Amino acid sequence: MSEVILAYDSGDEMVLNMGPQHPSTHGVIRFIVKTDGEIMREADPDVGYLHRAIEAIAEKCTYEGFMPYTDRVDYVCAMTANHVWAAAVEKLIDAKVPERGEWLRIISGELNRISSHCVALGAMAMDIGAITPFPYALREREYVNDLLEELCGARLTYNYHRVGGVSFDLTDPWRDKVLRFLDHFDPVIDEFHRLITNNDIFVHRLANMAVITGREAVAYGLVGPNLRASGIDFDLRRDLPYSLYPQLDFKLHVPVGRGQMGTTGDAWDRFWCRVEEWRESSKIVRQALDLVQKTPRGEFWNHPKKIKPKGEAYARIETARGDMGCYVVGDGGANAYRAHFRTGSYNAMQIIKLKSRGLMVADLVALIASLDVVAPEIDR
Amino acid sequence: MESRAIFEKLAGRFGDAASDYTEGGGTKDPFCKVKADRLVDVAAFLAGDPELGFDFLQCLTAVDWIKQAKLEMVYHVFSYPKRHSFVWKVDLPRDNPICPSVTTVWPTADWLEREQYDLFGVQFSGHPELKRLLMPDDWEGHPMRKDYKEAAEYRGMPTSRYSPLELLLAYDKANPQTEGQRPVARGKGGDEE
Repeated sequence: MSEVILAYDSGDEMVLNMGPQHPSTHGVIRFIVKTDGEIMREADPDVGYLHRAIEAIAEKCTYEGFMPYTDRVDYVCAMTANHVWAAAVEKLIDAKVPERGEWLRIISGELNRISSHCVALGAMAMDIGAITPFPYALREREYVNDLLEELCGARLTYNYHRVGGVSFDLTDPWRDKVLRFLDHFDPVIDEFHRLITNNDIFVHRLANMAVITGREAVAYGLVGPNLRASGIDFDLRRDLPYSLYPQLDFKLHVPVGRGQMGTTGDAWDRFWCRVEEWRESSKIVRQALDLVQKTPRGEFWNHPKKIKPKGEAYARIETARGDMGCYVVGDGGANAYRAHFRTGSYNAMQIIKLKSRGLMVADLVALIASLDVVAPEIDR
Repeated sequence: MESRAIFEKLAGRFGDAASDYTEGGGTKDPFCKVKADRLVDVAAFLAGDPELGFDFLQCLTAVDWIKQAKLEMVYHVFSYPKRHSFVWKVDLPRDNPICPSVTTVWPTADWLEREQYDLFGVQFSGHPELKRLLMPDDWEGHPMRKDYKEAAEYRGMPTSRYSPLELLLAYDKANPQTEGQRPVARGKGGDEE
């Protein structure tokens, strides 16, 4: 590490070390920041502090036994990380998931997306110096955590999905609770806009900051809200639909950055896109709760008898941080021969070096937060 | 476009540098093989051709087939304007895997290739900054290889620990008369004897 610092030691630049235990880096990430006064020449990310060899563990346990580890790939939105592993294995063994199982996946996934965006938005506002929105956002996340705890028994690492379905059915009182929560939550979205999104100081801080053009976003492999904020209108749930998303009887309205406060693809657009995604998730959960009533009770898991596939598959799921992919190779044994997770945060990290050039030092935390990087998802 | 049509287009342009189109047989996404020395040309063609327009390198990874003595690079690409995807593979020798870098075509390949270098030891020629990313800079070996053996310690820190179960069994074996009254409940390890 000392050699890294020496290499940067030239001329009038000062080298600052930020992290790995810095509260604004959203986990253990380190940045080597080259500064010229208040202006950054470059911030070089140094990752790997949270590397837990999840892909190596996948080779050492059975396909079903690996499910709890996928929670740890992205513990802020663990439901969808479960989903991508389940989807990849199901694609590999041609398993069918019962309709009720699919609806439960959609309901739990969208609820988790709401809670994940709560963390992203609350923490981003706090990084910039607005303390108030954070407890407001975390309060809503607590409600979602309570609901998911009642559904599957865990508040953060759910291990809810199974190959061929999900592990528990929903109950009628739980369904009513979710509906009551959504009734409460829909006005909160507008409240959140009033509280922070359109706040003058907040807008001045973020508009025109770290603009990522659509072309750059695609070239650097940004996905999900980061990609859409740059003006690329693409959402896996709508454009390459999986699960039962095509059965929803409305066209998913995907929020796309339009540069309302500055330039398309600036940090404010990324914030705004996430807030608007709350609205979509809420609408999807409402309709899924309606449609799940039409499916037979208790049929939520087709337990596959034997999982010893030969071949390979790649599955993509729209998680809270965008398109997460899982590549799984089977060689006919009970364990996967190779599993690889392609995650949104990993690709978002490498654009920070490019985008940090010329920013103020204080804007680095805003840039990191606006990309919603989550350390376990980078390192896996 | 369907994968087969994309492959035929590739084969028409590059001849036998793109070969072995495979579909089915447990493999859910059709793929073809590309020769390592033409990889950058093929990638530039896939990204640049207006009919193909593969602007998004989704996934770049390696698989270690130790029995066949080869490392297989797997590339998944997707096109936002055309909404189609394609997969191809590059076979490399296991003992000295050298693969041309595609960072000039897709900048996102920078970190994706560094990860594969770190975990599999694939040398990407033409990569701007090929160094370890996830593992520490002075780590020895490439841990995702199937024949990787972890060193007993790293900078004085042991990389494994005793299994409590094995310690208990060893304790029982040494003390047959006290079996069932192990001192674990009092918070003492079984290795005290």
